Amino acid sequence: MGIKIVHYINQFYGGIGGEDKADYAPEKISGVKGPGMGLQAAFGDKATISSTIICGDSYFNENIEAATEVILEMIKEENPDVFIAGPAFNAGRYGVACGAVCKAVSENLNIPVLTGMYIENPGADMYKKDAYMVETTNSAAGMKDAIAKVAALALKLGLGEAIGTPESEGYMPRGVRRNIFCEDRGAKRAVDMLVQKLKGEVITTEYPMPTFDRVDPAEPVKDVRKAKIAIVSSGGPVPKGNPDHIESSSASKYGKYSIVGIDDLTPENGETAHGGYDPVYANLDLDRVIPVDILREMEKSGEIGSLHDFYYSTVGNGTSVNNSKKFAAEIAKDLQASNVDAVILTST
Amino acid sequence: MVKEIERMGFPVVHMCTVVPISLTVGANRIIPTVAIPYPLGNPTMTMVDEKELRRKLVKKALKALETPVTEQTVF
Repeated sequence: MGIKIVHYINQFYGGIGGEDKADYAPEKISGVKGPGMGLQAAFGDKATISSTIICGDSYFNENIEAATEVILEMIKEENPDVFIAGPAFNAGRYGVACGAVCKAVSENLNIPVLTGMYIENPGADMYKKDAYMVETTNSAAGMKDAIAKVAALALKLGLGEAIGTPESEGYMPRGVRRNIFCEDRGAKRAVDMLVQKLKGEVITTEYPMPTFDRVDPAEPVKDVRKAKIAIVSSGGPVPKGNPDHIESSSASKYGKYSIVGIDDLTPENGETAHGGYDPVYANLDLDRVIPVDILREMEKSGEIGSLHDFYYSTVGNGTSVNNSKKFAAEIAKDLQASNVDAVILTST
Repeated sequence: MVKEIERMGFPVVHMCTVVPISLTVGANRIIPTVAIPYPLGNPTMTMVDEKELRRKLVKKALKALETPVTEQTVF
């Protein structure tokens, strides 16, 4: 039977259902399911996926600790040689789940773990140091290629073979440094690199600097009772009918919507355009995503100075970091022009 | 988005359910909320209780906007 593998997938790939089943609690089934079939085919008789664990993405993310514990126990019972999660592509909650389970398995069971996802998946930044993470495309259209890379790396890990560099194996750099012997001494390599650079050639650094993109906390508002508060959301709140046709995933735009004269959001005046969570609850009462009702009451009672006449919204579902940055920079300019003092930003 | 708006000098309070993601994207003032499909509500409650829950969360958010922080803070 070769290497024994346990595979983790979400409720969608597990064939349980879509967002309406995202609260599905962890379940273990024997054998393969969904993308596991592709993995098993790639393994041939060198490895066997003995069982598959399925868990809803919302369930996992709303109960990270408890869910991890249950899943860990399920994996432990199988006593596998290698653990694989995903691939998750650009599905944020799925990516976080894959990363978190990999981390827990690696730390507690001391077996090799790997997963795959798109570089902008939040799970990548959070867990790429804890697991081998094959870099995939941002959608399941790249499944075939992802499966091939994950399967090849899984076999190597299972057989205890030496793992090459991130570039050669197709996984994301984990920040691991290993001593190697080079033909030339450091000083020569540095001068060579400098000469290359002066010639305008492409150089590959031996020690990439980490990129820290952090923004210092802004000064607090002195007195919210005098402040103008604006609402921004990545949860996709829109006026009924989604007038700007904001996409349900990979949004290419944001909307700016007037709430003048609106004291309460209802099924008649608001809904969500977001395709990454079950929209039933937001469509019944959009105040569950953006608290217009409460802020209006607070405006009247003087608990806040005022509520800005517009809210700004996009769908944060597989939307690229570049687009989000662009939207937010434009929104911030508009907030400045409107003399807004502080922002409540809600995410689903 | 939180980061880009804060970069322009606005204090931003991020209200979200999956706090680890908020920490990863670089929010500085974070309020943990109820659930992914309804961060500021709970359909299993009565309308009155649900609104009270939302009021509490918004109050907490306003308090966070008034609080000086020097690093990422989960309120």
